[in-house]
Amino acid sequence: MSNAVLATPEVPFESRGLDKKQTWWERLRKGDEVVHLITLAGGWSILVITGLLVQHLWVYSRLSRHAFGWHFLVDSTWDPVNGVFGAWPFVYGTVVTSLLALTIAIPIGLGSAIFLAELAPRKLSNALTFLIELLAAVPSVIYGLIGIFLLIPVLFNVVPYVQKYFGWIPIFNGTFYGVSYFSASIVLAIMVVPFIISISREVLISVPVSQREAMMALGATKWDVTWRAVVPYARQGIMGSIFLSLARALGETMAVTMVIGNVAQVSTSLMAPGYTIAAVIANEFTEATGDLYLHALIELGLVLFVVTMIFNALARLLMLTMKGHEVVG
Amino acid sequence: MKPFDLSQLSRAHEVRFAADESTDEKLPWPQFTVAALNFFYGTHQALKGINLIVPNKRVMAFIGPSGCGKTTLLRTFNRMNETIPGTRVEGSIRLGDKDLFSFPATRLRRVVGMVFQKPSPFPKSIFDNVAYGLRLDPSIRRREIADKVEQSLRRAALWDEVKDKLHQSANGISGGQQQRLCIARALAVEPEVLLLDEPCSALDPISTAKIEDLLFEIKNSCTIVIVTHNMLQAARVADYVGFFLNGELIELNRAKQIFQNPEMQQTQDYITGRFG
Repeated sequence: MSNAVLATPEVPFESRGLDKKQTWWERLRKGDEVVHLITLAGGWSILVITGLLVQHLWVYSRLSRHAFGWHFLVDSTWDPVNGVFGAWPFVYGTVVTSLLALTIAIPIGLGSAIFLAELAPRKLSNALTFLIELLAAVPSVIYGLIGIFLLIPVLFNVVPYVQKYFGWIPIFNGTFYGVSYFSASIVLAIMVVPFIISISREVLISVPVSQREAMMALGATKWDVTWRAVVPYARQGIMGSIFLSLARALGETMAVTMVIGNVAQVSTSLMAPGYTIAAVIANEFTEATGDLYLHALIELGLVLFVVTMIFNALARLLMLTMKGHEVVG
Repeated sequence: MKPFDLSQLSRAHEVRFAADESTDEKLPWPQFTVAALNFFYGTHQALKGINLIVPNKRVMAFIGPSGCGKTTLLRTFNRMNETIPGTRVEGSIRLGDKDLFSFPATRLRRVVGMVFQKPSPFPKSIFDNVAYGLRLDPSIRRREIADKVEQSLRRAALWDEVKDKLHQSANGISGGQQQRLCIARALAVEPEVLLLDEPCSALDPISTAKIEDLLFEIKNSCTIVIVTHNMLQAARVADYVGFFLNGELIELNRAKQIFQNPEMQQTQDYITGRFG
């Protein structure tokens, strides 16, 4: 090795203050620590609130849990007078109305989003989007009223024809009273469509021009560009909008209870009245007499929580399996 | 503007194209014949009276400072500019002996392929990326697609690097590989012309060298027009170079001529780095 000596810096490190450790107080004063604490508190509060929620639902449903066990989930009897409670009609109603609502809302919402993002002139698109976002802010009781005064009278005219030609299919048969799973699903669909449109439009618009141009340069038509390049690129965001809608549909209370009929029964026919978890809790909570009744309602809340979790988990799983060729960065 | 005499333009350029005595190759026929071309973005005129011939199965490079119109001209060749609202074209471009604007744009773009500045693979597998253009044409059978994908990847000198991961995401390969994938994707539909818009500006020197090598191979079967900011690249890959300034074609000549003995003072200034 050579004997070369490295030159020492003319100003020693110590005098530049680089080696000084900042005290906690200094970091606090400069803002770093404040931001850290605020965001930390925000993050933890979510976990704490969720934890408390589950804990409360768990503790205050104990009588019902002890009385019925797992049987609670599959029992169709809801008889407050005799103190027999089963959640199945409500779980069934919740799941059926939500899934049917999405089946109706996804094509309409996605179609509208594609129109607004890809085809409509930007001014028209912005104006319509404003109106659509306004729809998302309408209170759900208004949607319930629309269901009762607008939708159900129309359905009374339409459903007989459907039943005449398709009545042989189990989901369409039976007497139609206006209030039904079907009516509730349509109202729910109308309520979630604005979410799907608004979010999907946003992600469709944000697909990079490079993707569109690359597709166009291959000789793709406008439709090919939209359907084979833009929509696949945006599919994660679109799925996100659908899951948000699903969560909304599962938990919707007011509008559903106004048009579903509030009958605790399980019917194959979508034309029959039914009930949902959120609706029964809202309707019966104030008049629940006796601890068991109250605990049964709270256990329903727990069940709704679990159902929502299951749907979210399934959604995540679906996303993961689709993630095969993910956009990274 | 004076009415434009196409025959004169052709002859002028033929002389130029033939001016290289070192080869006695056959004269290339004009792939594109551009006459009195003006292009407008709204009121801004991006191209001013461009006349030029792009010879078949040669590499032509467009150089010039940013905003000089070279990319605009490139994008006019496959009519990508039409997709931008408020643009307007005047003058004529002929593809071979046909009016460029007489074709449906979607069919034209299968004949005139394009590769962009930023590698833009679709968020799909490597195989699907190359097959994308093929699948747009329903007359191409499923069995042929796999063959054509392999063939295109080989032409883009990418096959050996990706043959074991054809069904992995195209986003997982390096930027240089992605750009060659985009070239393979453009080549898969067997275009007559390949337009390259600064294809190497986002790549490292090794990836750039690979793409330049590749262009030498492709030009046997394809006319290549490349826009580049890198004058060394133009000197390396191009047979002909056009120098643009402020929307005008200042000089068009053999690459050697442009870089060794340009006719115009502005060209001289640009290639010696006095401006731009």
